[in-house]
Amino acid sequence: MVSCKTIIANLSEYFDGAASVEMREKIEKHLRRCHRCTAVYDSTRKMLVITGDERIFELPTGFSERLHGFLNKVISNSGAH
Amino acid sequence: MPSMEEKALGERSSEPVLIQRILAGEKDLFHDLIRPYERGAFLLAYSILRNQDDAEETVQQAMVKIFSHLAQLSESDKFKQWAMRVIENEAKMYRRKRRQHLYESLDESSTEASDDKPFYPKQFADWRDLPSDAVEQKEVREAVAKALAELPNIYRAVFVLRDMQHLDVAETAEALGLGESAVKTRLHRARLMMRESLSPIFAKPKVSIWERWKGSNPWLAAKR
Repeated sequence: MVSCKTIIANLSEYFDGAASVEMREKIEKHLRRCHRCTAVYDSTRKMLVITGDERIFELPTGFSERLHGFLNKVISNSGAH
Repeated sequence: MPSMEEKALGERSSEPVLIQRILAGEKDLFHDLIRPYERGAFLLAYSILRNQDDAEETVQQAMVKIFSHLAQLSESDKFKQWAMRVIENEAKMYRRKRRQHLYESLDESSTEASDDKPFYPKQFADWRDLPSDAVEQKEVREAVAKALAELPNIYRAVFVLRDMQHLDVAETAEALGLGESAVKTRLHRARLMMRESLSPIFAKPKVSIWERWKGSNPWLAAKR
């Protein structure tokens, strides 16, 4: 069986679908038997779902309005030239 | 109705057209061009500056640069990477100007060169299942913001672009001026670090032997 270290080291590539077929099979075989690596895999997956959700990070109130208001001035000034 | 993918494809293919029209004089279209990137721009600037007001000012200044240098973008299908690179440079410049780097130099020097040191998890607890609206809970948002703030700078930018803004490896590499293998190494480390610092918050509560026994004891259950 491949060591836990090897599995953890290749986990990111596995998540991104970039691991080789051989490595993917090794990881899947390992995960079926190793509770610790499964816990790392599963919690990383959950972490990526949370952090990848755009609702996790709120823009400051009025950010967009201020940005476009500011850009409006810049754009109209540039048109004057 | 177009599917999500078709919609995304449509939006992306229309970007070079938008750029062309802006350069030809329809300058107000610049608002539409940058609207999809506002959140990402703020997040990237904030991840470097760690201060909301500074990040907002940086995004405004960077957007002006993007507007005035738009003609210099040689490949109009690479607007996203280019824009993120401008944001990143502007944020770094802002940080230098504010001399923040003096206070962070210790943090940076201790982490900047540690790409090759392997990171191994220490927390192996199972995480509880999180409902999809968990991301709207204040404590979850605060925990993620804190974990992100604690990531060393070099890992944070890669994580923000790749896993929060969903740029691919090549786009992230271009936006940060890094090689793809550096992006992969840093991303791997960032993911493990994020998982590690969020583990105490999201781990399933430990059930004591007594609680477990109580739960499986029919006599006790019948008494309740």
